[in-house]
Amino acid sequence: GLFVWRLKGAGTRHIPCHFGHLCRAADDRLITFQYFNFLRRMYVTQYNKDLSQRAKPKSDPVASPFPELQQLDREKKVIHKMSPVSPVHQPWPETSGRTELRGVKSPAETEASATAARAEPREDRQWKEMKLRLDELPGILARLSKIKLTALVVSTASAGFAMAPVPFDLPCFLLASLGTGLASCAANSINQFFEVPFDSNMNRTKNRPLVRGQISPLLAVCFAASCGVPGIALLTLGVNPLTGALGAFNIFLYTCCYTPMKRMSIANTWVGAVVGAIPPVMGWTAATGSLDAGALLLGGILYSWQFPHFNALSWGLREDYSRGGYCMMSVTHPGLCRRVALRHCLALIGLSVVAPVLGVTTWTFPVISLPINLYISYLGFRFYRDADRSSSRKLFFCSLWHLPMLLLVMFTCKKSVLDKEDKGDLLAKGESHGRAMEIRLP
Amino acid sequence: PPAHSHNDWIGPPDKHSNLRPVIFYVPPEESPLERRLREARQEAQACNQRFWARHNCAFRQEKEEFIYSRLKAKGLEMRDETGQKATLNAEEMADFYKDFLSKNFRKHMQYNRDWYKRNFTITFLMGQVALARALRWLRWKKKNVE
Repeated sequence: GLFVWRLKGAGTRHIPCHFGHLCRAADDRLITFQYFNFLRRMYVTQYNKDLSQRAKPKSDPVASPFPELQQLDREKKVIHKMSPVSPVHQPWPETSGRTELRGVKSPAETEASATAARAEPREDRQWKEMKLRLDELPGILARLSKIKLTALVVSTASAGFAMAPVPFDLPCFLLASLGTGLASCAANSINQFFEVPFDSNMNRTKNRPLVRGQISPLLAVCFAASCGVPGIALLTLGVNPLTGALGAFNIFLYTCCYTPMKRMSIANTWVGAVVGAIPPVMGWTAATGSLDAGALLLGGILYSWQFPHFNALSWGLREDYSRGGYCMMSVTHPGLCRRVALRHCLALIGLSVVAPVLGVTTWTFPVISLPINLYISYLGFRFYRDADRSSSRKLFFCSLWHLPMLLLVMFTCKKSVLDKEDKGDLLAKGESHGRAMEIRLP
Repeated sequence: PPAHSHNDWIGPPDKHSNLRPVIFYVPPEESPLERRLREARQEAQACNQRFWARHNCAFRQEKEEFIYSRLKAKGLEMRDETGQKATLNAEEMADFYKDFLSKNFRKHMQYNRDWYKRNFTITFLMGQVALARALRWLRWKKKNVE
């Protein structure tokens, strides 16, 4: 009782903080500032809406600022709602889930919008009973496990599976995909479990189930365990132990290394890039049962891709990161941020050339992929030189279509499995693989 | 929240801390374990609220000061001729963000450790409470059947 009144009082009286009077005075001036921000954001939102309609295979749970596609649907609806709303009110102009480049919502805005919002009955501004409703559960769990991101992780794993130089084995493929999906769900749930207060403070993530109290932390952990354990078991027993080990390692890396590291050191980006690189490697090992150079190449391509993708995205989120206490290159080492992005764009070209050398693809691959690789490198260079919002956005959007296109081209240039010289070898491999499968699955 | 409700209620995000306050339901026969859980949650909530409200206010405040000092250094006023509020672009603000982050690094480290500890404790207590309740329910069921 008392606790509630204190909070309510704080709301109306304006502030339990020392700089109250300053905050209040700043409000009026800030309101006009916010209005312009809002108009800019409106424009960006509409613009982004068109560009982000396509879902792209993206590999990973690298960072919480990562565009979560689960927001996409909700935000599409929200974008339509925005026109009748008063200008000062900034509901969720979270640009479509793909980019939160404008994801800045300073606390002062909250105040300005809160006053306007009181006039508007928003479902979110009401008190809700913390009871678990079974009919809402699937939706809640989907958001908890970042289901759309999981789907993209699974698709990169499938790409890894498809690129492996062995005959396609459907049961194995399905098991590997399912196992990877479950592992990804588990990892994402634990990530959200760890980050509740930080997610509440960042624009892009404040509608997550744990933040909104739609599910209890205990249930989230149980769900994660009930996804992770069967997922890894499925991979270890139904596919092969190597894939299972990689899956378990990836979960560990994401939840216990990457998530805490986000707040400790900029090295988290590199760890996150590894997290994103592992699924295709898992796909490959699921198919072949061994860690070949080809697997590492595919992992390397995804690893390098993460940098232009993430660094460009994080360039626009600097305010939220700074306030939330996240140690990201874009905030602390901006020069490094841009250099690394450019470096890895160029690395992609190099890796594309290595592909035929390792026998993963034919020599047409580096040739066909050269234009798109050059283009992203060009944008990377522009980002490096200009270091502004527009170049970062261009680079980010490019990375969204670059990866699927690259993987597609790679697949079409895949070196034929039935090469006459290797036919004998591959048949033998396929047979032993099949036999191993029979032993495991009675 | 209505008086007859047997659940916790969660409210809209707080203006300053962006966290959602929870009103905890106190059942009439609350076991000591359940009381420990509720108190842990209340304490965590209060702590989080304090931290973030203070932190966000400080951020807002320092941002204003920074904008003001930079504009002054450039010889501009807070408002230009048309009365619009003068702002700094993202590149100029970058220095502020970098500064703010490094200044608060230690504070965040402390808070992180604290938060992780609390989170684990609360979740573990929730597990214990859930288990206790399940056993109680089973015992009740057995008694009813006899």
